[in-house]
Amino acid sequence: MSAQYPDDLFYTKDHEWARIEDRDGTKVATIGVTRFAVEQLGDVTQVDLPKEGESVKQAEVFGSVESVKAVSDLFAPITGKVVKVNSPLADSPEYVNEDPYDEGWMIQVAVSNAKELDALLDAEAYQAFLREQAE
Amino acid sequence: MRRTPLYDAHVRLGAKIVDFGGWAMPVSYPAGILEEHRATRSAVGVFDVCHMGEVHFVGAGAAATVQRLVTNDVGRLENGRAFYTVACLPSGGIVDDLIVYRLQPDHYIAVVNASNIDKDVDWFQEHRGDACDIQDRSPTTGLIAFQGPRAQETLQPMISFPLERLRTFSIATDVAIDGKPVWIARTGYTGEDGFEIFCDAKDAPALWDRLVDAASKVEGKPVGLGARDTLRLEGRLPLYGNDLSDETTPLEAGLGWVVKLDGDDFIGRDALRAQAAAGITRKLTGFVMTERGIARHGYAIYDADGAPAGTVTSGGPAPTLNQNIGLGYVPTRLSVTGTKLSIDCRGKRVGAEVVSGPFYKRGRK
Repeated sequence: MSAQYPDDLFYTKDHEWARIEDRDGTKVATIGVTRFAVEQLGDVTQVDLPKEGESVKQAEVFGSVESVKAVSDLFAPITGKVVKVNSPLADSPEYVNEDPYDEGWMIQVAVSNAKELDALLDAEAYQAFLREQAE
Repeated sequence: MRRTPLYDAHVRLGAKIVDFGGWAMPVSYPAGILEEHRATRSAVGVFDVCHMGEVHFVGAGAAATVQRLVTNDVGRLENGRAFYTVACLPSGGIVDDLIVYRLQPDHYIAVVNASNIDKDVDWFQEHRGDACDIQDRSPTTGLIAFQGPRAQETLQPMISFPLERLRTFSIATDVAIDGKPVWIARTGYTGEDGFEIFCDAKDAPALWDRLVDAASKVEGKPVGLGARDTLRLEGRLPLYGNDLSDETTPLEAGLGWVVKLDGDDFIGRDALRAQAAAGITRKLTGFVMTERGIARHGYAIYDADGAPAGTVTSGGPAPTLNQNIGLGYVPTRLSVTGTKLSIDCRGKRVGAEVVSGPFYKRGRK
């Protein structure tokens, strides 16, 4: 089981995370939802994601996740073109619950503008945000 | 928010608490909705239903009053027997769906939906006949459902009453668990065999702990409202407020089997007779999704030509079936098994097909 909120990730107030890697000079963001999101959602039964080659825009809806009880939008932490989709989620949406930061990742995006990262939270700020929300 | 006597127990078990019609209720425990659902199908689930209403009708005129209020035939109830029924408005619209138990010729109980208790009691009082006292004993009554294929074997060691003698839709009132009086009914809302156990509200926490403990020994679990909803939907049991309302009649809802149009008079009978004679124009219809998508309450239904056909009243995943299912009112011509429909799932038309009968039916022993 991974950490609740790993230090190496960026977070949004909509409860997505992004892991940034450098690949041949391009920044690639791997994107998923946080442990908090998963606890709120409960059992995930369907994940709807964009296709490879489509573009996503920071803070805009890029897909949705259906739990047993409800459907929730997914918001992109960053703008860019989708380079890879975690296709096993189509048959195994439970990966999102079981391992949200690893097997449960959703899409990888070639980052258009690294400056957008400034708008995201680090693990500490995200947890402070969660505490604030809980009050 | 109002709390049942089991609120502290839910918090202790780590439940996620939600506002359910003004009640603070567990939607799920840490096991999660899917596991709770499976535990009920394979072993036993324990459900807090203390929020439901228990309305007693007492007196020589009790039977007459109950008959005036419900569509089913009260005359056929014997002591210790129960039936499922609805109470209707003069229009035939449904006030509530309920289970009526006959304890004695002069003592009946109606178990009604939590969100309707006040409305129901007012309605019952308004139409009360002579020699009938109507008592809302909901606040002092605890109710715990114990449902699943292993419910009987798990409950039996706690009591001396032989449960194999308790038929479906029967109630035993002379029973005790740990010295506390309980009433045990063979009723439920999951599509499984099982029991609903009435107790004094103050005895409910100890009884709950005892039942949860016994259930855990056979891989049973406490079950929240989330799985209660998926279980009842698989069993195609309607939910008031979703599938039933004061604007739908029992005939439209497929509940004609609880409406005795040729029996004694009841409120709404004339309207329902007229509707039966004219034929219903829309019907609560079950469907399975044939393409990838989950129908939810409120989504629009379309016919095969893309014309609007109705609205989803209940929908979601059916964990036992590994399908997505739903219910909705559509014109009668579209309610035929095999009819192709589509559901507007957030802007995307997703294929569905009409199916008849319960989505899930338990195996007979």
